Amino acid sequence: MVETNNLNESAREEKKTTISLSPTISSMATRGDESTADPSAAEVIFDVEKLDAFYGDFKALSNVSLQVYKSQVTAFIGPSGCGKSTFLRCFNRMNDLIEGARVEGTIKYRGADLYDEEVDPVEVRRRIGMVFQKPNPFPKSIFENVAYGPRLSGLKKSKLAETVEKSLRRSALWDEVKDRLSASAYGLSGGQQQRLCIARAIAVQPDVVLMDEPCSALDPIATARIEELITELKSEYTIVIVTHNMQQAARMSDQTAFFSVALDSHGSRTGELVEFDKTETIFTNPNDSRTEAYITGRVG
Amino acid sequence: MRLASSPADIAIQTAKTRQSLQRRPQADLPGTLFKWLLISFTGFAIAFLGVLVVVMVNDGWSVLSGRLSGFLSNGFSQRSAQDAGVWQGIVGSVQIGIATALFAIPVGIATAIYLVEYATGGWFARAVELNVRNLAGVPSIVYGLLGLTVFVKTLDGFTQGKTVIAGGLTLAAMVLPIIVITSVEALKAVPQGIREAAYGVGATKWEVLSRQILPAAVSTILTGTVLSLARALGEAAPLILVGAATGFISFGDSNFLETFTGPFTALPVLIFNFARQPGEDWSANAAAASVVILILVLMINGAALYFRNRFEKKW
Repeated sequence: MVETNNLNESAREEKKTTISLSPTISSMATRGDESTADPSAAEVIFDVEKLDAFYGDFKALSNVSLQVYKSQVTAFIGPSGCGKSTFLRCFNRMNDLIEGARVEGTIKYRGADLYDEEVDPVEVRRRIGMVFQKPNPFPKSIFENVAYGPRLSGLKKSKLAETVEKSLRRSALWDEVKDRLSASAYGLSGGQQQRLCIARAIAVQPDVVLMDEPCSALDPIATARIEELITELKSEYTIVIVTHNMQQAARMSDQTAFFSVALDSHGSRTGELVEFDKTETIFTNPNDSRTEAYITGRVG
Repeated sequence: MRLASSPADIAIQTAKTRQSLQRRPQADLPGTLFKWLLISFTGFAIAFLGVLVVVMVNDGWSVLSGRLSGFLSNGFSQRSAQDAGVWQGIVGSVQIGIATALFAIPVGIATAIYLVEYATGGWFARAVELNVRNLAGVPSIVYGLLGLTVFVKTLDGFTQGKTVIAGGLTLAAMVLPIIVITSVEALKAVPQGIREAAYGVGATKWEVLSRQILPAAVSTILTGTVLSLARALGEAAPLILVGAATGFISFGDSNFLETFTGPFTALPVLIFNFARQPGEDWSANAAAASVVILILVLMINGAALYFRNRFEKKW
């Protein structure tokens, strides 16, 4: 733990010295609000540049550029069909599973191009975990659900129980399930299942956790618990979350990206990034009139 | 709505409410009719099966009650109906069943896994799937012709001509499309969420397949496979074409394994032969043999059910 802190500090210091040299980052800093902490002081985890995403001939997302910073919650908001989920699934190459899906442009993860020929998507997904819209536990016991990932990465049997307990504690589920670890995961409530899925994702100790509308299938109380959990988790993990719920983005996230749907010259719908900034700025002083219309509830 | 003030008003209100909530006999007439239609069709299907079993047992009763042990242990006899037995048919059917399963199950399941998990969505997978579906509808006699040409004549170096192996390969070709289709459906029925979840924690394709998808699909695959094998066991036509013996055959001193490459017969072929002979006694033999094959199929289905329940852990 101490070691990683040192590492982080040295990395941050290194970043500070290079800020003045980096044209993109310094231009962002001038655009941002001067009164609050500079977000660009944080380490960049993902650097997306001019990304287009396609399903076959259909262009789902056009020309997106943004950065995701370490130990922050970055939220993607926008109306249905704006490509925010597609975008999220580009970060751990989950779209590879869909026939005909491809991207153009670059996503760099800690400086390395995720879509390089040499990159193994399996390794990417071990570092960049995912929580899905609908809770999707395996048809196995609660223990086996959490143990699945660590076991794949070759964790010793003797350490497995410890890792499972730690992950379940971390996802605030331990007290509810500690007496029935060998019971079916399907016996849990929706909110518990989703926390189990979060435990499963963090059990492999990923660097980043991607969340695709993790609360959309849950009631308000379960939603509140998950939000609380996400806020706690960001000290250890970088979190990128897609949400329909603007209040949720406003409550939890540090950075917010607003996506919208644009009609191109052929009349086909393509998602685009309208605005990306600190959450506070997006919700109090947005740059773009479309963002303002969306967050004030006039459209969408 | 006006508030009821006096006890009398309240009583009237209650009576009205009670009446409006009452069950009316004609409320869901189409639903009721539909239910009875379904019940009557189900009853028809059960009655049909029941009559079949009753007639079979009744016709074969003289054999089943009179000389069951002889019937089960004797060989085929051209000379007299009273001496004829089905032992060679039982052995032949079991052997053919084993050979069919050995050939068809691995090939069928492997094909299905390839189509669903590896060749997803491509034109090749779609074309193969469509053709496999068409093959499932090809009459069994056509597979018999295929067996005769390919397995008996062309490949006689491997099958040794008209043997159990040739018969098993022929029936395997016949049930292969059914096994492929049921396995494809079983694999497709595994929720996408399970795949995504497994990939999401960094599982490789093999790990997703072996630890998540196959365990989730195995019981359905098993059910479809066993049903198709039961169908294969009841086939006579293709076996006659590939040369199942229609007369007495002698196993001589050969052991069980050696009989795989000798002359063979099977229960449905024997039933066909019994039924061809003139006279009541032979019909009774045919009916009794039908009961034997029915029990054989029931035993196989029972075994499948047992294994299914052992494999499948309900969650």
